[in-house]
Amino acid sequence: MEKSLSFREFIITRLIQASGYSAILFVALIFFFLLKESLPTLGEVDLTSLFNFRWYPIENYFGILPLLTGSLIITLGAALIAVPLGLGTAIYISEIAPRWMREILKPLVELLGGLPSVVLGFLGILLVSPFLRIFLDLPTGLTAFTGSLLLGGIAVPTIVSVAEDALDAVPRAYREGAWALGATHWQTIWRVTLPAAKSGVLTAIMLGIGRAIGETMTVMMVTGNAPVLALSLGNLFSPVRTMTATIAAEMGEVANGSTHYHVLFFIGIVLFLISLIVNIIASSVVFRAKKRAERILS
Amino acid sequence: MKRTLIILLLSCFIISCSSSTQNDVNAIYIQNKGSDTIVNLALAWAETYQAQHADVSISVTGGGTGTGIAALMNGTVDIANASRAIKEEELAEATAKGIQPLEHIIARDAIAVIVNAENPVSELTLQQISDIYSGVITNWSEVGGEDRPIVKLSRETNSGTHVYFLETVLRLGDKENKTLFSTDTLLLPSSEGIIVEVRQNPNAIGYDGLGYVPHDVKMIAIAEEVGGDYVLPSIASVNDKTYPIARDLYMYTNGEPVGAVKEYLDWILSDEAQAIVAELGFVPVK
Repeated sequence: MEKSLSFREFIITRLIQASGYSAILFVALIFFFLLKESLPTLGEVDLTSLFNFRWYPIENYFGILPLLTGSLIITLGAALIAVPLGLGTAIYISEIAPRWMREILKPLVELLGGLPSVVLGFLGILLVSPFLRIFLDLPTGLTAFTGSLLLGGIAVPTIVSVAEDALDAVPRAYREGAWALGATHWQTIWRVTLPAAKSGVLTAIMLGIGRAIGETMTVMMVTGNAPVLALSLGNLFSPVRTMTATIAAEMGEVANGSTHYHVLFFIGIVLFLISLIVNIIASSVVFRAKKRAERILS
Repeated sequence: MKRTLIILLLSCFIISCSSSTQNDVNAIYIQNKGSDTIVNLALAWAETYQAQHADVSISVTGGGTGTGIAALMNGTVDIANASRAIKEEELAEATAKGIQPLEHIIARDAIAVIVNAENPVSELTLQQISDIYSGVITNWSEVGGEDRPIVKLSRETNSGTHVYFLETVLRLGDKENKTLFSTDTLLLPSSEGIIVEVRQNPNAIGYDGLGYVPHDVKMIAIAEEVGGDYVLPSIASVNDKTYPIARDLYMYTNGEPVGAVKEYLDWILSDEAQAIVAELGFVPVK
């Protein structure tokens, strides 16, 4: 009896261990696959024409800079919109709203997160972009800003959900301590609760940004997909083409094994590296914050 | 007892499965895939044909000319729809895979250049359209319109319509001409995207197959050169070859078609099927 119990323990432990390792294995496999398909690019296209200003693959112009800047400017815009809005919502739900309000708001925000991105794209084409064209007097409403607005909308539920959990996890004693010292409600939120939940809040922001940079369908529908080099903030109001939309639009028709095919995988690697960097920065900030907190507590 | 019951149920299930496949043994499936320009036409044909031939089912999907030809090469479709003739490298790849694409001209198509209904411009030469799309002309006032920026709309680079427009209009049919679309040309993934934007944006110019142009946008009359006649796209002007941006539409089969596929293709060239071509705004081959 005892033997079979320890045997069961052994199996369960190994299974959990295996599923933990499998995540690493899958990431490594995906990375090697991307690497294998994209490395021939470096032999077929030289670096100066790869990091160039013109993307027109059917005539062998493979400059990926417009796509890179396009993705970055849209993500930046989305972050500027989603971070204040998301944190504000999270703080309101967790710290200010009465209980009944919280119980309505949180599921509603999470429902928003479940909205398919293609539906948001439709809203973008039919409502947001005509409105922005007239309201801001732009040549066309299919711009990076339109994409940023919708991506912001996509990122907000992620940020709210994770940040609210982090704020909620701050022990009540912290707030009571602050109130006892005579801090106002706002001082308590800004100086005590938010710093205490810092690592969770940062994770929320990074997850939100990660959601925005990887989003494909919505941006393909509303940003106009013009491969313009976006170097200034003014480009926020002109059409741009993102890396994700390029891969999605062109992968379906590209001849297997051609230069164009390899370059699309190369763009995949660039995207992969960007999200890796975002994650590393996030975890190093969180790590540093933790060490500091431990120092103060000890 | 319980076990026999399960076996009994299972065997009933298997028998019912196999009997239902037996009923369908006579059914013929034709897989048809390719150009988005042709997909509505191909669907209309398939529906009419299936209504007359209960034993034939035809599945029609879009995805683009390149997708259709690739599927033909991989042997996953019987008929590939194409809005351009097969390219030499595609032909070479097909031959290497043991596939012999055979061309059938099944309809003609004209590309209409469209603007917003409120735009006062109604006539352009091919050269002017080329200059607009390559970024030489950037304001409507330069071609007799209002003082508005021009927003250029195009299909994605993988669309057969895009390539055809590039070769026929931007490069004016000249193979040596290396003119490209200006980088600020919006590349939209669907015909519908172009129509939606042109419908609501008075700055926009776009192009699309004649069969897809709705009544609430304005078609431009086009002259081949300065001083020539400006011709609006229509079935008559495409057939008498006066409208300059018109092309043939194709279906490709692997070698000479046989059996049901042959019957279907023969029917497509019949008067009945060609009447459907005209109904959808394309131009019949006969």
